[in-house]
Amino acid sequence: MTARIGVVTFPGTLDDQDSLRAVRTAGAEPVSLWHRDKDLKQVDAVVLAGGFSYGDYLRAGAIARFSPVMETIIDQAKAGLPVLGICNGFQILTEAHLLPGGMLQNSHLHFICREQKLRVETSDTAWTADYTAGQEIHIPLKNMDGRYVAEERVLDELEAEGRVAFRYLDVNPNGSLRDIAGITNAAGNVVGLMPHPEHAVQPLVGTGRTDGLGFFTSILKKLVNA
Amino acid sequence: MTLDTVKHASETPEAEQPWKELGLKEDEYARIREILGRRPTGAELAMYSVMWSEHCSYKSSKVHLKQFGEKVPANDAMLVGIGENAGVVDVGQGYAVTFKVESHNHPSYIEPYQGAATGVGGIVRDILAMGARPVAVLDPLRFGAADHPDTRRVLPGVVAGIGGYGNCLGLPNIGGEVVFDACYQGNPLVNAGCIGVMKHEDIHLAKASGPGNKVVLYGARTGGDGIGGVSVLASETFESTGPAKRPAVQVGDPFQEKLLIECTLEIFREQLVAGIQDLGGAGLSCATSELASAGSGGMRVELDTVPLRDSSLSPEEILMSESQERMCAIVEPDKVDRFMEICEKWDVIATVIGEVTDGSQLEIFWHGEQIVDVPPRTVAHEGPVYNRPYARPAWQDELQADDANKLPRPANAAELREQVLKLVSSPNQASKSWITDQYDRFVQGNTVLAMPEDAGMVRIDEKTNLGVAMATDGNGRYAKLDPYTGAQLALAESYRNVAASGARPLAISDCLNFGSPEDPDVMWQFAESTRGLADGCLQLGTPVTGGNVSLYNQTGETAIHPTPVVAVLGVIDDVTRRTPVAFAEEGQLLYLLGDTHEELGGSAWSQVIHDHLGGMPPKVDLDREKLLGEILISASRDGMIDAAHDLSDGGLIQAVTESCLRGGKGARLVVPDGLDSFVFLFSESAGRAVVSVPRSEELRFNDMCGARGLPATRIGVVDGEEIEVQGEFSIPLTELRTAHEATLPDLFA
Repeated sequence: MTARIGVVTFPGTLDDQDSLRAVRTAGAEPVSLWHRDKDLKQVDAVVLAGGFSYGDYLRAGAIARFSPVMETIIDQAKAGLPVLGICNGFQILTEAHLLPGGMLQNSHLHFICREQKLRVETSDTAWTADYTAGQEIHIPLKNMDGRYVAEERVLDELEAEGRVAFRYLDVNPNGSLRDIAGITNAAGNVVGLMPHPEHAVQPLVGTGRTDGLGFFTSILKKLVNA
Repeated sequence: MTLDTVKHASETPEAEQPWKELGLKEDEYARIREILGRRPTGAELAMYSVMWSEHCSYKSSKVHLKQFGEKVPANDAMLVGIGENAGVVDVGQGYAVTFKVESHNHPSYIEPYQGAATGVGGIVRDILAMGARPVAVLDPLRFGAADHPDTRRVLPGVVAGIGGYGNCLGLPNIGGEVVFDACYQGNPLVNAGCIGVMKHEDIHLAKASGPGNKVVLYGARTGGDGIGGVSVLASETFESTGPAKRPAVQVGDPFQEKLLIECTLEIFREQLVAGIQDLGGAGLSCATSELASAGSGGMRVELDTVPLRDSSLSPEEILMSESQERMCAIVEPDKVDRFMEICEKWDVIATVIGEVTDGSQLEIFWHGEQIVDVPPRTVAHEGPVYNRPYARPAWQDELQADDANKLPRPANAAELREQVLKLVSSPNQASKSWITDQYDRFVQGNTVLAMPEDAGMVRIDEKTNLGVAMATDGNGRYAKLDPYTGAQLALAESYRNVAASGARPLAISDCLNFGSPEDPDVMWQFAESTRGLADGCLQLGTPVTGGNVSLYNQTGETAIHPTPVVAVLGVIDDVTRRTPVAFAEEGQLLYLLGDTHEELGGSAWSQVIHDHLGGMPPKVDLDREKLLGEILISASRDGMIDAAHDLSDGGLIQAVTESCLRGGKGARLVVPDGLDSFVFLFSESAGRAVVSVPRSEELRFNDMCGARGLPATRIGVVDGEEIEVQGEFSIPLTELRTAHEATLPDLFA
């Protein structure tokens, strides 16, 4: 038995094929979802992949958040549907207020593409259960608007509640506050991060590591054992 | 203003026309009148002027480019050759690969961000128009002196433009080059390459056939940007006194292009087009005349149906506009509805603007009145051809006599060490990661190798691990010393880079960047370079599938170095066998393959240490290159080497430094008997590579090289935290890393 994991394609989504591959590599059944379609095709979880949805017009993720598919995803995420937002997907999740804070342009004002070291801060989410808290992983990072910001009060709260899911190690590549690379909601079903685990699931391509595969095996195990 | 219809043109033969302002010569204008038997209308004049520009017609280069078709090596791989949007080669397993390199030099100097961005957009649409999914891009770039203030304007803009556009398309950027030289100060070279993959049966050609078939324009609306870009910018030299040329540069929207790519691929999957062409230089003038010319000839277009961004545009401007992100398809009538549905799905505007007719004329109407009535071949394929005069420059002998081998050399080990550090930290030899880290190399999840590897490599079939590799190389300094040899050295280096990655070189594309063809010195450089390249391709067995010529890269009297850039495409049956450049395993043995001679003409050492350019470039032995390639490929396939790095500019010490830094391991080197340590480290003899051999494979590897007759010299071992040249000096990796990696951020960050 396996689980059906949907990957949304918005106009301008770029990493949908990679995310579908990552789902398949982990052993789950990948399902393509279309931005104009409210129907989630009975998937058990959703990945919002990276890219430049709607050309990043207005603000990264700001328009995608109002698309028909997001209406259903927002409703179901509040009811417990596991959702992973990667890069532009993370931006969409903050625009949709499923996660707090927001992303600004990198502090150095350049697009940055690098192999990034992260620390997984919590294994208590639907997408990180296969890691151990404190585990260090290398996955690609690539973005223009990746600087995570939130009010001090929100940052304190995230830390107090153990909701900072990932932190940048060695180098803070974009000026994110408190080195935050990704966060989770209180229930642990909605996770967003700027780096790209879906680019690190096969030993041959990308960074040559498979440190990102754990995101997809985590969710698969959770769904299959549920 | 009254509309200049065909009828009006016939009635007013003596009307003054702005042919000169549009870049036509007097005899060219006379020829247009002769072809038409009357004066051209304003719209016809616009079409001829852009299509007969140097950029579109290749009128100065054609007589030389012919050699690429005449000296064709026997090679079964070629499926589509020169003349289409891009060449196509067979890579096995039913796959075909299309690839090409183009220039966007002039726009990128005027407006670096948009110039470079639309360069990426244009080459990607060329590849798409062949029926292929674009899978990777590469950018060979050349700028003026690294420390010149204007380079600080041009370089960051170009890099941001390439990233800003390419990253939004979801295409990994896997290679290219960055070169600095004062000769490119007023004329940076921004070349862009793209690779696309398709199945054999999906190849599409740019032709309009089948009377009654509809002409569909789809993609972005047409605006007033880029009008006359090819005739104004790419076909004349820059003069400091001329009017501002900014409006002639196009403005790109990568989001629109991404939609256009996905939309077009879906249209291909459902086999809805009979012919297709992208709109690039010369816009609709080019697309309609080329499609009609390659088909049966007849086409009727209602120009007023073209969706516009600016409703005040005149028909001439619409025909000349180079607005980006547009394609033109020929669609059978019963497939138009489905075509439109797919465009709607992707939010792409599509409009039927005309149809294929059974006549032989391209006829264009504006609100019912005819403004164009021309034989399309005379616009698209039968433009003027010039046999420009050329002669070996008077200064060539003197330049070659100024022997770099006679320059003062380091007097002792300390000086040698100092010069190594100077070399690896010089802008041309320093790490380019500050630039390449602004490009997405991971997207699509198939990138096996990307810069700073010798070649970029992508997997094209996940089940079989079939992959393709590409490298681009060119050395203007070598070509200046001897254009024939320089072109062959560019070919040899690119070929070697592909082979070093483990892939088998199949075919090439080129981007030939030169000064003004009206200067006999430049024309000689061009003639010699094309001759060298054609001869070289014949010998190596790699056909030229297509390419691009960029002339008029000069400011006033001063031309750039002749800069032929060669892109070699290779295939690898199993990407798990690829060879990286990194020395990663302690204890592995380092072998130098090939012969080292005293060859410092045009070298990085002569430039960095002495600011010198003179003498002869390294000798080329293409049979040796071929043998070296075979050895590198066999060794990779059979697991005899774990790393390989080609030797080119900067010589052995540059290659070893890069491989050590990439792998995080040091090396102990021994100068081979009979070689001077300086020559060993800095000579740029061609046909060489350094490889890292596991001890268990040493015997087998040596036997193979011996049996095939390739000199292989053991020069050291991967070991420690420093690069040590025994008996001379050692440099800690940390010191090398700082020297190598700090240069570009210090200059541009």
